[in-house]
Amino acid sequence: MSGARSLMVALEKEGVDIAFGLPGGANLPIYDELYKSNIRHILARHEQSAAHMADGFGRVSRRPGVCFATSGPGATNIVTGIATAQADSAPMVAITGQVPLKMIGKDAFQESDIIGISNPIVKYAFQPTSATEIPEVVKKAFYISSTGRPGPVLIDIPKDVQQNEAEIPFPSEVKIRGYHPWVDPDITQIERAIDMLLSAERPIILAGGGVIISGAFAEIQSIAELLMIPVVTTFKGKGSFPENHPLSLGPIGMHGHAEANKMMTEADCVLAAGSRFSDRSVGTFEEFEKRLKIIHMDVDPAEIGKNQTTTVAIVGDVKASLRIMVKMLVQKAIRRNGDYPWVKRMKETKDYYRENLKLHDHPLAAAKVLRKLREVLPHQSIVTTEVGQHQMWASLFFDVIHPGTFFSSTGLGTMGWGFPAAIGAKAAKPGVPVVDIAGEGSFNMTENSLAVSVLDNLPVIVFIMNNFSLGMVAQWQRTFYDRRMMAIDLKNCPDYVKIAQAYGAQGIRAQSLDEVGNAVKTALKSDVATVIDIPIDPQEDVLPFVAPGTPLTDMILPS
Amino acid sequence: MWSIISLLVENKPGILFKVTNLFRSRNFNIDSISVGVTENPEFSRMTITTLGDEKQVTQIIKQLDKMIDTIEVKRLDEKMSVYRELVLMKIKVSKPSDSMEIMNIAKAFECEVHDVRKTSIMVELTATPDRINAFEDLVRGFGIIDVARTGICALARGGADES
Repeated sequence: MSGARSLMVALEKEGVDIAFGLPGGANLPIYDELYKSNIRHILARHEQSAAHMADGFGRVSRRPGVCFATSGPGATNIVTGIATAQADSAPMVAITGQVPLKMIGKDAFQESDIIGISNPIVKYAFQPTSATEIPEVVKKAFYISSTGRPGPVLIDIPKDVQQNEAEIPFPSEVKIRGYHPWVDPDITQIERAIDMLLSAERPIILAGGGVIISGAFAEIQSIAELLMIPVVTTFKGKGSFPENHPLSLGPIGMHGHAEANKMMTEADCVLAAGSRFSDRSVGTFEEFEKRLKIIHMDVDPAEIGKNQTTTVAIVGDVKASLRIMVKMLVQKAIRRNGDYPWVKRMKETKDYYRENLKLHDHPLAAAKVLRKLREVLPHQSIVTTEVGQHQMWASLFFDVIHPGTFFSSTGLGTMGWGFPAAIGAKAAKPGVPVVDIAGEGSFNMTENSLAVSVLDNLPVIVFIMNNFSLGMVAQWQRTFYDRRMMAIDLKNCPDYVKIAQAYGAQGIRAQSLDEVGNAVKTALKSDVATVIDIPIDPQEDVLPFVAPGTPLTDMILPS
Repeated sequence: MWSIISLLVENKPGILFKVTNLFRSRNFNIDSISVGVTENPEFSRMTITTLGDEKQVTQIIKQLDKMIDTIEVKRLDEKMSVYRELVLMKIKVSKPSDSMEIMNIAKAFECEVHDVRKTSIMVELTATPDRINAFEDLVRGFGIIDVARTGICALARGGADES
C-alpha cells in the first residue's frame, strides 16, 4: 500500500467523509487517492478558504475539519486559516504536501518550511518520514486536535513518502506520553466555588468559548437558574446562554452590551467558565480585579493565572466541571431566590440601558437591520460573521436564542473568515440555514468561495451590511485620529448583486427594512447561495465602545 | 529573579526549536540553555535558566508543560539542587610573571589547565555560575582572549524531586 493510500484509509477510519482543499504538485499522490476514495472533496478557490471551511466545519460538528494544500505557497496560504483556528481553539487537521525528503533544505521549487513557519500557531505538527508512520500520525493528529483544548494539527507529508509502497500498520489506539488532555476536576475546589457564589452579594457568570466548545449549555443554564446569577458572556461565548433569557446580559467587552459591562464591573464574584480573559473582553482589568473573586474553570491549566489572578481554579473540561457543580447543588438542594438586591439591580440596569441608549437614526441602522434578520431567521440557524463593525453589531443586536449557533473569528479577527466558514458549517449541518453576517470589506477577501457554494451545493446566505468602506478602521479614524480618513473608502465597488450572479448565485439588493426581511425569506427558500447587499449608513459607529487600554467602566455611549 | 527550569522532553529533531520558539513567541527570556540526552535515549534533558518574576516563571512552566513533547517540567530550588556550568577561557600572557599568577589563581579555583603557551593559557573550570564569574573577575586584568560557557546543567538533589 502507498503512503497516500494509507492516509485515505486512516482518514476514513477517523470518520472523515468530507475534506476541503486544493491540489498541487506535491500533493498529487494524495489527490489520486481521493479520486478512489469515498471522501467528498470540496475544491476551494484559495487554500486560506479551504482552511476556514474546515474550521467552520470543525466548530459546528465539534470534530476536526480536514483541509488539504500543496507545498510552498499552498502551505503558506493556509497559515492564516491555521492561526485563526488556533486562536479560537477550533479542531482542524491540515494536511500539506511537501517536496521529497531528499529535496528538503535545498530550496526546491515550491518548498516552504511549513513545520517551522506554523510552529507557534499549531497545537502540534507532524512530518512523517516514511509511509509506515502515516496511519499512526493521523490517529495522533485527530486525538490531539479534538481532545482537551481543541486546536489545529498539521501533517506535512513529503511527496516521496506519499508515493512509497510499504507494509503499513494501522494502530487501533495511540499513546502520547507527554499529552494529558483530560484532568478530573477537583471536587473540593468546586465546593469552594459554590460557597463563594453563595456568600457573594453580587455574583456573575462569565461564559466563554469553552462553554460552546464543550457544549455545556444545559449546565450553565442550570447553575444560573438554581442560584439566580446573571450571565454575561465573552464575545466568543456569545450564545452559550440564550440571549432572550431573563438572566442574560449578553457579551461584555470593547463592544459589549452596556448592561453587561456595567454589571461585570459591579460584581464581587465571577464564575468564569472557559474564558481566557482576553483584552478585548475585559479591557484593563486590574482596577476591579482587586475587589473581584475569580473562580476560573478551564481545560487548559496554562490559562489559569495567565491574564489575571484567580481565587479558585478548577482545571478540567468545563462541561464536566459544571455538571459536578449542578449535581452538588441538586443533591444538597441548594437554591437561591431571585429576590436578592443584585437581581433587582440587574433588571434595573438592563431596563435602563435598553430604554435609554439611543439607537442610530437611519432607516437601515444596524440595530434595525439585524433585528429584522433575527425576526425572519429560524432560531436553530447557524450564523457566522466576518470581522469588523458588522461583527460587533451582530454581537450587540443579533440575539442568539438557540445555544451554540453563533460562530466568529473572535481571537485572531480574520477578515474573510465568515463566508468560507459558513460553507464549512453548511457541510456539517446541511439541514439548517446558514447565514454569514458580513461587511463588504471582509466578504471581498474570500468572495471567490461563491463558486464553491454554488457548484458544491452548499447554499449559504451572505448578509452584507455594506457601508462602502472599511468601517471599523473608519470608526477608529473618526474617534482617535481626528477624522483623518485614510485608506478606508471602497467606493461601492464591486456590485455585489452582479458578483453573485456572475457565480450563478442569487443577488438581491435590499434598500428598506421590508426588503431586507423579504430578501432573507427569499434566500431561505433558495437552492443556491444568496448574497443580500444592504446599503447602510457609512457614518454609523459601533456603540458602546470601550477604548483599548481602558477599563470596561469607561464606555463611550451613543449621544 | 533567576530561576532554573529542568525539562525532560522527547529526544526528537526539532524539539529545541520548539522550546526556544515558545520562549520567543511568549516574550520570555532565556538566560542559558543546555541540552543533552538522558540515560534513556528516548529523552533529552534541557536545563534552562531564565529571568522573570514569579508570575512569569509560573506561566513559562505551564506553557512548557503544555507542550506535547514535554514529559516533565520542574523548577529547581537552588538550595535543593546541584547545578554547574563549564567554562573554557583563554587568558592573555603579556609578561613572564603573568603565567605564574594565572596558574596560581587557576589552582585556587581547581581549574584544569590546558594549552599553555608563551602568549596565552587556556583553563577549564566547572563550577556554579557565581564562582565562574568570580574567577573571570580575577583574571580579567590579564586580558581575556576568548570565553566559551556551556550554560548550567542541573539536577534536583536526592529526595528533593520526590515531593
